[in-house]
Amino acid sequence: MATAVSAHDAHDHSDDGHALPTGWRRFLFSTNHKDIGTLYLIFAVLAGLAGSAMSGAMRLNLMYPDNHYVFPLISHILAGTDMSDYDAAKNMYNVFTTAHGVIMIFFMVMPALIGGFGNWFVPLMIGAPDMAFPRMNNISFWLLPASFTLLVLSMFVEGSPGMHGFGGGWVLYPPFSSNAGTPGPAMDFVILSLHLAGASSILGAINFITTIFNMRAPGMTMLRMPLFPWSVLVTAFLLVLSLPVLAGGITMLLTDRNFGTTFFDPAGGGDPILFQHLFWFFGHPEVYILILPGFGVISQIVSTFSRKPIFGYLGMVYAMCAIGAVGFVVWAHHMYTVGLSLNTQRYFVFATMVIAVPTGVKIFSWIATMWGGSISLRTPMIWAIGFIFLFTVGGVTGVVLANAGVDRALHETYYVVAHFHYTMSLGAVFTIFAAWYYWFPKMTGYMYNEKIGNAHFWILFVGVNLVFFPQHFLGIAGMPRRYIDYPEAFAYWNWWSSVGALISGLATLVFLYGVVEAFAKKRVAGDNPWGVGADTLEWTLPSPPPFHQYETLPRIGPAAGH
Amino acid sequence: MTLRAFRLASTGLLGLASVGTAWAETIGAPVSGQIGFQPPVTSVARDLQDFHNFWLMPVITIISLFVLALLAYVVWKFNDKANPTPSKTTHNTLIEVVWTVLPVLILVVIAIPSFKLLTKELTVPAADMEIKVTGSQWHWSYAYPTEKIGFDSFIKDQKDIDQSKGDMWLLSVDNEVVVPVNKTVVLDVTSVDVIHSFVIQSFGIRIDAVPGRLNQTWFKAEQEGVYYGQCSKICGKDHAFMPIAFRVVAQDKYDAWLAGAKKKFALGEAASPTVASAAVEQQTLAR
Repeated sequence: MATAVSAHDAHDHSDDGHALPTGWRRFLFSTNHKDIGTLYLIFAVLAGLAGSAMSGAMRLNLMYPDNHYVFPLISHILAGTDMSDYDAAKNMYNVFTTAHGVIMIFFMVMPALIGGFGNWFVPLMIGAPDMAFPRMNNISFWLLPASFTLLVLSMFVEGSPGMHGFGGGWVLYPPFSSNAGTPGPAMDFVILSLHLAGASSILGAINFITTIFNMRAPGMTMLRMPLFPWSVLVTAFLLVLSLPVLAGGITMLLTDRNFGTTFFDPAGGGDPILFQHLFWFFGHPEVYILILPGFGVISQIVSTFSRKPIFGYLGMVYAMCAIGAVGFVVWAHHMYTVGLSLNTQRYFVFATMVIAVPTGVKIFSWIATMWGGSISLRTPMIWAIGFIFLFTVGGVTGVVLANAGVDRALHETYYVVAHFHYTMSLGAVFTIFAAWYYWFPKMTGYMYNEKIGNAHFWILFVGVNLVFFPQHFLGIAGMPRRYIDYPEAFAYWNWWSSVGALISGLATLVFLYGVVEAFAKKRVAGDNPWGVGADTLEWTLPSPPPFHQYETLPRIGPAAGH
Repeated sequence: MTLRAFRLASTGLLGLASVGTAWAETIGAPVSGQIGFQPPVTSVARDLQDFHNFWLMPVITIISLFVLALLAYVVWKFNDKANPTPSKTTHNTLIEVVWTVLPVLILVVIAIPSFKLLTKELTVPAADMEIKVTGSQWHWSYAYPTEKIGFDSFIKDQKDIDQSKGDMWLLSVDNEVVVPVNKTVVLDVTSVDVIHSFVIQSFGIRIDAVPGRLNQTWFKAEQEGVYYGQCSKICGKDHAFMPIAFRVVAQDKYDAWLAGAKKKFALGEAASPTVASAAVEQQTLAR
């Protein structure tokens, strides 16, 4: 790892110019990457609670077949419908399915990893005083509450005739998302919500690319940069290249709905499948956007707590770039059943399987980093180790699904739901919690309680595995996804899956309690609670860092052993 | 134990779903606690399930357990109490080559049966009969153009479900599709409103029903019985309430059914709009 060879100035020199901002202006008008990172993290926690409430309701409903209690009640509360109106309940279930996906992806994982930890630690780790465009950073954040508001509003206006909200899944396929299926304004609210969220991410990506390319401290060449900023850089390129295609697709949907175009309407010469191509051209890189920053976090944590530099640093860089690049040419593996030709499906099977190789390189490199190390099983490390195993499980079911011949049986079943929740709920979410416990002492100056942190891990580990492992069985047995109810034969595994959801909910309460406890007890963490293994620049700063850091830039020399 | 016997036994074990025995009819539906596929009754479904159960499952199980074992080992052997001084090793060219090349080889080996299966699924053989399938919100319609019959197939009402007759809520329909055993049936699938998806797991088929597009799939059922599927693309409030049921019968029973169907389900002015559209030849848009 690169080392800082000159003294840095840790004192706050902001008083030579103007006073530090305070109160609500400090956060509404913020141009400080740390404050904006904090805003993103708080937003992600709140959105995560909302998204979890939705999935909690769904799992409560699915605990027993023929459940006429949960969603009639929810529809009654949110839409004022009668408890006996099961049609409204069915629609509300689909709306929850849709909102759960959109919220967790756009308002929880991305804000936490990219907006939150990215903003906080990319400048700190590359020796930069802030991001390249601090004011644009501000609008990137504040676009998100606006976007979230539009999504919530969509749930309270008409979608399908006589119903509230849009219930067509986060993939927004027409014609269901066009006037044919959802004539009401709910869909337009969803589209506009995604316009804002997309803009937020595009601007953020521009900011990260410019910052990383131009503002590394003297001596920090690209190949001396830690792997977390590398992961954010690759992610930023994926965002900037894929989001405009989503924007195009959803804008075409908006004009189909409101301005008489027929891009996706066969009656006017259009094709619903065109939307799917446009959506998934964004959608597939999106899943790498969701996991790559997490990969960067895991590299930092595994290195720190093994007290060893990452094994095969260059291979890790190449692997992330390869995953990012190849991730752009595999999108139609989400479309194996739409009627694509044999040759088209063959190509996408082949290309998709290729991505398993660089991903495997990363898994083995993390293990090789631990090999011969001096491993300390602190809370961040157990999250990281849990991640490595669980992401492998999710990854291998992805290899199964990559084979179009087998996807024929598994597409749109609970097997797919199990696959992406293993890579996301047990993958990305575990990296978020790993990062949380790793960097909480740095961000707040306080130490979390190790017992509470470990309890959080173990309870969630049991819970999420119980939710999602049986879903492989359900999918193989034929249970379709996005279903409010299921044939009696699926009841057994659904019950277990729902029990897992209750346990996961308990784990979330333990997490929240741990946060409150840490702020209440105010145990001082110090500059570097992790010891010699924590050798990146943020650990040379105080905890929390001053409002402005690196007013004198650190000088980076070659790392020992590289 | 011969390989074939092993595979048959394992399929049965993993399937855990075949309610039928040699002399009773097979039911293509899930069974409580199932961890495997529904019983395969076409060679495509058999190949699909074999590829999954005997190629993919062992590979992914070994890989997952291998990673778990490595993690357990490093935590045990290299924790800070057992190994207070960490090594400085950050490179080993041989192992880096191995863990790149070995996965590539595994994938190449998987690709061979994978592509074979895919080709079989997507190469539509000469049809013995053709059925037009139309999805709509929220039921399926079927037309046999040559035999000139067409009918709607709605989910059977919950109050009409008779479990003693083998009815299953959310799977049983009012009018099942009847086809003869051991005949190649080609399905032309479309939709009149939003995207739906047509699935029968026991046949190994799944194809989306897209408006403005005619998608084709095929099956040749080798066992008599009744086989279920459910709509598999979210299409609105009753997405979970538009099942598919195909009954495969011996040729003589099929002929008897067809004679009655020609009276009951004749394609004419009385046919519902979706049935009529199912019967109309539609142009295939770009594939």
